[in-house]
Amino acid sequence: MGFGPLLLLASLEGLVTAATLALMALGLSLVFGVMRVVNVAHGEFFMLGAVVAWAVSTAFAGHPAIGFTAALLVAPLVVGAVAFLAERLVLKRLNYDPEATIVATIGLLYIVQQLALTFYGADARPVQPPFNPRIQLPWFGYSGYKLGVIAAAGVLLAGVWFVLARTRAGLVMRATQYDAETAQAFGIPVGRVYAGVFALGAMLAAVAAVLVVPVSQAHYLMGRDPLLLSFVVVIIGGLGSLRGTVVAALLIGLSDGIISTLFFSPTLAKILATLLVALVLVFRPQGLFGTAAR
Amino acid sequence: MTDARKPSSFLTSSVSRRSALKGLGATAALTAAPGFVRYAQTQSSAPIRIGFQAHRTGIGASYGRWYERTTAAAVKAINAAGGINGRPVEIVTEDDGTDPARGAEVVEKFASQHKVDLVYGTLFSHVVTGSAPAAGELKIPYYVVSEGYHVASGKLNRWVIQPGITDVRAQCRSVAPWISQNVGKKITMIYPDYAFGHDHRDFFAPAAAEQGAEVIAQIAIPPTETSFTRYFPQIPAGTDVIYHVMVGPAVLTFVKELGEFYGGRGPKLFGFIDSLEAVDMKSPGLDFLEGSHFWEGMPRYLQADASEAERAYRDAVGLDENGAAANDPRDVSTNAHMFGCWETLYIIKRSMEAAGYRGIEDRQKLIEATEAITELEEGVEHPQGPKRFDGKIHQVFGVQNISVVENGKLNVVHKTAIEDGLYEPEADYTTQSF
Repeated sequence: MGFGPLLLLASLEGLVTAATLALMALGLSLVFGVMRVVNVAHGEFFMLGAVVAWAVSTAFAGHPAIGFTAALLVAPLVVGAVAFLAERLVLKRLNYDPEATIVATIGLLYIVQQLALTFYGADARPVQPPFNPRIQLPWFGYSGYKLGVIAAAGVLLAGVWFVLARTRAGLVMRATQYDAETAQAFGIPVGRVYAGVFALGAMLAAVAAVLVVPVSQAHYLMGRDPLLLSFVVVIIGGLGSLRGTVVAALLIGLSDGIISTLFFSPTLAKILATLLVALVLVFRPQGLFGTAAR
Repeated sequence: MTDARKPSSFLTSSVSRRSALKGLGATAALTAAPGFVRYAQTQSSAPIRIGFQAHRTGIGASYGRWYERTTAAAVKAINAAGGINGRPVEIVTEDDGTDPARGAEVVEKFASQHKVDLVYGTLFSHVVTGSAPAAGELKIPYYVVSEGYHVASGKLNRWVIQPGITDVRAQCRSVAPWISQNVGKKITMIYPDYAFGHDHRDFFAPAAAEQGAEVIAQIAIPPTETSFTRYFPQIPAGTDVIYHVMVGPAVLTFVKELGEFYGGRGPKLFGFIDSLEAVDMKSPGLDFLEGSHFWEGMPRYLQADASEAERAYRDAVGLDENGAAANDPRDVSTNAHMFGCWETLYIIKRSMEAAGYRGIEDRQKLIEATEAITELEEGVEHPQGPKRFDGKIHQVFGVQNISVVENGKLNVVHKTAIEDGLYEPEADYTTQSF
């Protein structure tokens, strides 16, 4: 296969990775940006989204698009509700202390993972895509559904941007992110904002999971790699920066796709991503688009 | 304190000869009492405890579930027929998480806590490789149902035996002639990048070369990979056949993406059913497999010419004619591999009877009795087919099945002979000390 077609395939694969990674990392970045909480259980909310998607989609007979649409609506709500409860029951009681919440979300990680193992089982189970026309290019065929994932992620990212930048809810979140105490002085219910943000972050992870689960399968251990990659993206992009997160996700996703395919080594792709994290932490700790601490 | 302490009363007293003789007499009488006789009988009637190292979680969970069901069915059948040496068989199960480190811990736990007679059942080769040294150190028999060549290689230790399932080297040698003559001669291999996959990598190419075929590329994929399209550009344009074997939670993705990449054209396929174990052949996205071929250790679908023994085995385990659970058609089995559990347990039975096994002091005799086995006839105990056991390399040899996908089902088109898989041994465990 020539270099051009190879690069095309690499870019397509990279874009699929970047699309789901952007949504996933955005949830993590949002939670850290507003709450200053590092949510180590974020990967398990992703996994939970996939598991719920399987449960919902298999409950519907008939055309797979029906089950998938239902899953796309229900999974984020279920996962968001779980996250909301977790925030109210755990994080709030710890007063959002940075060190304590890391330990708490690690505990949350194991609880969610083991509950999924207990009730869902240890098998990988498929979810049918709503559509999957095979697109034949001159050199290779490609999944039409994967292209749909890229488009859907783009729409969702635009939606999140609109909410954050153009709505009152977004204004409230940004104000809380900027200065929680002053926001509280202005009557913003900071506690409820935190709960909402934590739930929203989890919902983004769940949406990413629903989009990706027809490509891979729902498996109780599937949350780990997305979590690690999300941390990479958030660190490079700048904690709390939406724009940085999206750019970093594109950078990491495309480089993963391109390096994995061109150099036939997924391990090399991960090595370079980790090296990039190290460089960012050393030379530009606020990330590409983050602002330096005052 | 001004009081001088007296020596303890023990030192000042003496045991008279008379009271000593009374004690001895009482002890002798007690030994003759009915309780002791009953206890002695109870000991020889105690259950034979087999530690079952199962992959209940981790990437091998599908196999673990079915290995467990097959094991339960075999034990039920053995106990219904009177057990082993008149003693019932009891299974103690521990989950190794499909993890080599936990595998070693599980073996140690079986030996020191559960105090089982032997350990049995492991499938994934990296777990076997991680667990075998513990079995050697603890001197506990370790009967694996793994398929890997590592047992036959002589690199493990004398306590490790694989008597119920053939190894990859034999499987490669058996299928190479058929692939070369019927599918194609320029072959690209895709395999998982760990011990089991390395066996395919190392043994299929020489076997193919003997048939005038050539392996023109070998593509290794991490066992926990979830996205496979990126590897397919490595498949050379001149490939006649893609020889694929895959494991892990994402096997279905692997096969689907192969279909998306090539569609109806592209190289022919010869796969090991490992790429689709526990996966429904009628899953969406698998239509392109029509006409392609798979190796199966035992046929998933009940064949018209299946023996009575095979049918009885399937009924005992609870399989329908499609190789799924009788009570859940979506719960597809790992039938190409799990027969090894059934056959291994019967080998253990046969070996214990031959050795006159009484307890853990007879573990060495148990191994030696298994090493002495040569021919195994097809039947209730060995429903997969006749077998030949080589005690020097602790490995069994048997027939292999090649099936074609027709109308979404697998139909056997070729059965190899035991001789097809034989190779020159590289080791002799019987010269190793226990």
